[in-house]
Amino acid sequence: MSDEFDESSGPELTADEEALLKEMPTLTDVGQARRTFMGQTIAGGMGLFALMLLEKERALAALCTEPGAVFAAAPAVENPVRVALKINGATRTLELDSRMVLLDALRERLELTGTKKGCDQGQCGACTVLVDGRRVLSCLTLAATVEGKEVTTVEGLAKEDELHPVQAAFIKYDGFQCGYCTPGQICSAVGVLAEARRGDVSHVTEDVNASTTRLTDDEIRERMSGNICRCGAYPGIVAAIREVHSGRESARTWRFVEGEELARVRKEWEADETV
Amino acid sequence: MARYIGKEMSRVDGVAKVTGRAKYAAEFRAPNLAYGFIVLGTMAKGRIREIDTREAERAPGVVRVFTHLNAPKLGPKASTEYAPPRNTREQDKSFRALQSDRIYFNMQPVALVVAETYEQARYAARLVRVSYDTERHTTDTEAVRGSARAPSQGSPPKPRGNPEAAMKAAPVRVEAEYRIPVEHHNSMEPHAAVAAWEGDKLTIFDKTQDVYGVRAHLATSFGVPEENVQVVSPYVGGAFGASLRPNYYPALTAMAARELKRPIKVVYTRTQMFTGHGYRPYTIQKIALGAEASGKLTAMIHQAVHNTSAFEEFNDNTTGFTRQVYACPNLLAPTMIVATDLPTPTWMRAPGAVSGMFALECAMDELAYALKIDPLELRLINYAETDPESGRPWSSKALRECYRLGAEKFGWKDRKFEPRSMRDGRLLVGWGTATGVWGAFQRPAIARITLRPDGTAHVTSATSDIGPGTYTVMTMIAAEYLGLEIERVKFELGDTKFPRAPAQGGSQTTSSVGSAVHGAALAVGAKLLTLANQDASSPLKGATASDVEMLDGRLRLKSDPSKSVSVAGVMRLNNLSEVTETFESRPSPERQKYATMAHGAQFVEVKVDPDIGHVRVTRAIEVTACGKIINPKASHSQEIGGVVWGIGMALQEATEIDHRYGRIMNPNLQHYHVPVNADVHEVETLFVEEDDKVVNPLGVKGMGELGMVGIPAAIANAVFHATGKRVRELPITPDKLL
Repeated sequence: MSDEFDESSGPELTADEEALLKEMPTLTDVGQARRTFMGQTIAGGMGLFALMLLEKERALAALCTEPGAVFAAAPAVENPVRVALKINGATRTLELDSRMVLLDALRERLELTGTKKGCDQGQCGACTVLVDGRRVLSCLTLAATVEGKEVTTVEGLAKEDELHPVQAAFIKYDGFQCGYCTPGQICSAVGVLAEARRGDVSHVTEDVNASTTRLTDDEIRERMSGNICRCGAYPGIVAAIREVHSGRESARTWRFVEGEELARVRKEWEADETV
Repeated sequence: MARYIGKEMSRVDGVAKVTGRAKYAAEFRAPNLAYGFIVLGTMAKGRIREIDTREAERAPGVVRVFTHLNAPKLGPKASTEYAPPRNTREQDKSFRALQSDRIYFNMQPVALVVAETYEQARYAARLVRVSYDTERHTTDTEAVRGSARAPSQGSPPKPRGNPEAAMKAAPVRVEAEYRIPVEHHNSMEPHAAVAAWEGDKLTIFDKTQDVYGVRAHLATSFGVPEENVQVVSPYVGGAFGASLRPNYYPALTAMAARELKRPIKVVYTRTQMFTGHGYRPYTIQKIALGAEASGKLTAMIHQAVHNTSAFEEFNDNTTGFTRQVYACPNLLAPTMIVATDLPTPTWMRAPGAVSGMFALECAMDELAYALKIDPLELRLINYAETDPESGRPWSSKALRECYRLGAEKFGWKDRKFEPRSMRDGRLLVGWGTATGVWGAFQRPAIARITLRPDGTAHVTSATSDIGPGTYTVMTMIAAEYLGLEIERVKFELGDTKFPRAPAQGGSQTTSSVGSAVHGAALAVGAKLLTLANQDASSPLKGATASDVEMLDGRLRLKSDPSKSVSVAGVMRLNNLSEVTETFESRPSPERQKYATMAHGAQFVEVKVDPDIGHVRVTRAIEVTACGKIINPKASHSQEIGGVVWGIGMALQEATEIDHRYGRIMNPNLQHYHVPVNADVHEVETLFVEEDDKVVNPLGVKGMGELGMVGIPAAIANAVFHATGKRVRELPITPDKLL
């Protein structure tokens, strides 16, 4: 059965992964205005990094069960519920422990580890996924409750070798460092853009009667404050969402101080006797 | 001329990270995996009297419950451990789980429940019953500060000049005490390990900044040769110092895996992280500054006391940088430690420096107000032209340029001196500044490069990338010196199968590992030159390795690029399918003649709501003199991160301990506040590059810590300027301003 997920298969490449590995994405035409990334080089890519890690896992997958390995007597799944989960367009039927949250179902059963566990208490946003297009904390969502709904995770945003505009914009504006909160940030951002289209209001919305919401920087900051980034990449995250929402490119907020300017400053203090 | 170095580059691992394909420790699969869940104790000091695991063991799916009664004893600890940023060797007395009935701190692990699923392990963990014989505990540093002592490692720093007498004679003096609470790193990725044994060979996926450190730790723990242990850590979801040392969980996980003969995964919960990896210590600093009416410093006395654990010494070296920031002939700056019944503290972003500079740079602001001198002017008056500690010249120091340029960019000349003198509507506006310092460290590191005739290169070194962009910067350095398009270079890290690199800490990765990659690339060029010149007709005859460079598949004379050979051609002629060179870079002895440090000036604007005491940091400017900048895009992100961490430290972060129980009250992200998106506004960086040939061949200094060092003080000074209130106890929460 094509839509059944075979858990005994081990970390083989999915067709999707095979395709991704073949093609490194080209990031030349993303963003609403389809502008190119000026002066940017994006090296490496999905293929390179996915491959090198899968190789390590494959070696482990070949491990045989050691003689004397200890297993529990009880069945592996307790309080079972059979759930058909529709994730990134594919339906997967699982027998789950009824206590299992969506986050653990994704990570521990479906090999969709892109969705991250940061606190398991709904306090950090790393586990954010989209359920029927709305932002949801998957750590506070029992897996059995999303049957019949469309779940989209970070793995489901790119279309084959083309990144989702939000993904591309995060790279462009360096909206991450360690990358661990990033899938949650990106899913959250995609959710925010939909909220704006629907005219959902927030704590800082000025005109609550408008049919759509313009995402000012304050709106973006407010709506993204449920997603903690400990590396502190917030300004890049705001710039990325700003560009996808409005097509407005953000200026760099850094520069080198070049020779002439340095020479002028040095000359000034030489003239200044007090220092 | 450089193709990549100094040019902005998006992260080479960016696509992997934004698509969710980057794999972190807990995400590696293994067949027959079982889940371990840690059970934490509930008292601060004493012994476990009884531990009843029967109910837990009967729970469905439980494979075994490990406690100190049935867990095998781990072998002797690695005798020494390298510890950035001070590069000293210390005895390893680190805490290990389930090794005795002794309780050293509250929320200490007392059992590990292993079950077939995570749900089953977590449930059964609640069924473990423990009773204790309790002893009196001390977790309050304030209560025991009187028994503080000098750290036993290293010799205590000598006073400079005659600080007491000079202080007495100083016409202007300020003196105050500053306090910093316990703070936790709270990286987004919880610490995790997946361990699998094949006979006496161990593979472990771990979240670590130091794969070789974890390897040595596990090899001695289990009595196996180091080469039997492979530590894999390709992605680290933030660490900030919390993964510099091997924490207790890798050995715990590997122990369970060995006993049960199947792979085990253990992941800290957010709560377990609060006693699972160390923290920034509780720090009390008494600081006195004496000056002439002109502002010239005549005496500095800076005394720090911070806590450590009852079983291990940790020295944050809080006052270390105080000795090198300002020219002052009389100085006393000891750091003392005092034992508490808490876990051992550890390095946390800008360790020691940000704590010490918080006190020093606030005290400088207090002195400026006592003298009625502009705070920036006071820093310029006391500018250290040479290293005040050693008397050596700086290898480079463009701090004065930083002060000037930052002031200009920020608009500092429009600052009104008097507190509470600037407003934006009903909000009070304050402008503050502080100096940032960090060392320009370098440690031995090894890199290996394999260049193939098709013009691709594979580069490896067992460093880490906890977020600064190491994958990218090493790829850039290799591409630059191999003369290859960057897409043709693949760099790998985070695995003990690669050559040894130091822990990623102390802002020394680019200087150490970057120098090794640079050296390996030059070694490849030298090898090719030797091979080429075996041919009598080589156009490079007579050239030495330093005369040539590689570009786009050709090895050519720098002075006359028309004289060149094809790299692929040389390999073909010599029947080589690749050229591989391994290079170890070491700090140059030349460094000893100089003082080597990174500097920066930091300016912030705060707006304070006078009715509710809420502080917003509306603007921050980082001006950085940090040698050569390899990738300004990622370096700017490091500076932003430094500002965000500074905002957290100044305004929000505190680990609250109920001293009656010696227990942390807020071990979660709801009550331990870190900055969120709405807390962060404009952050700008100016890079003042220094041409430094001394520090290392690339001329780079450390960036990761530097951007944070002055920010808490700059914010506290800005809050004083806005409100007239000098808050000396972090964090500056609204209650302290009302």
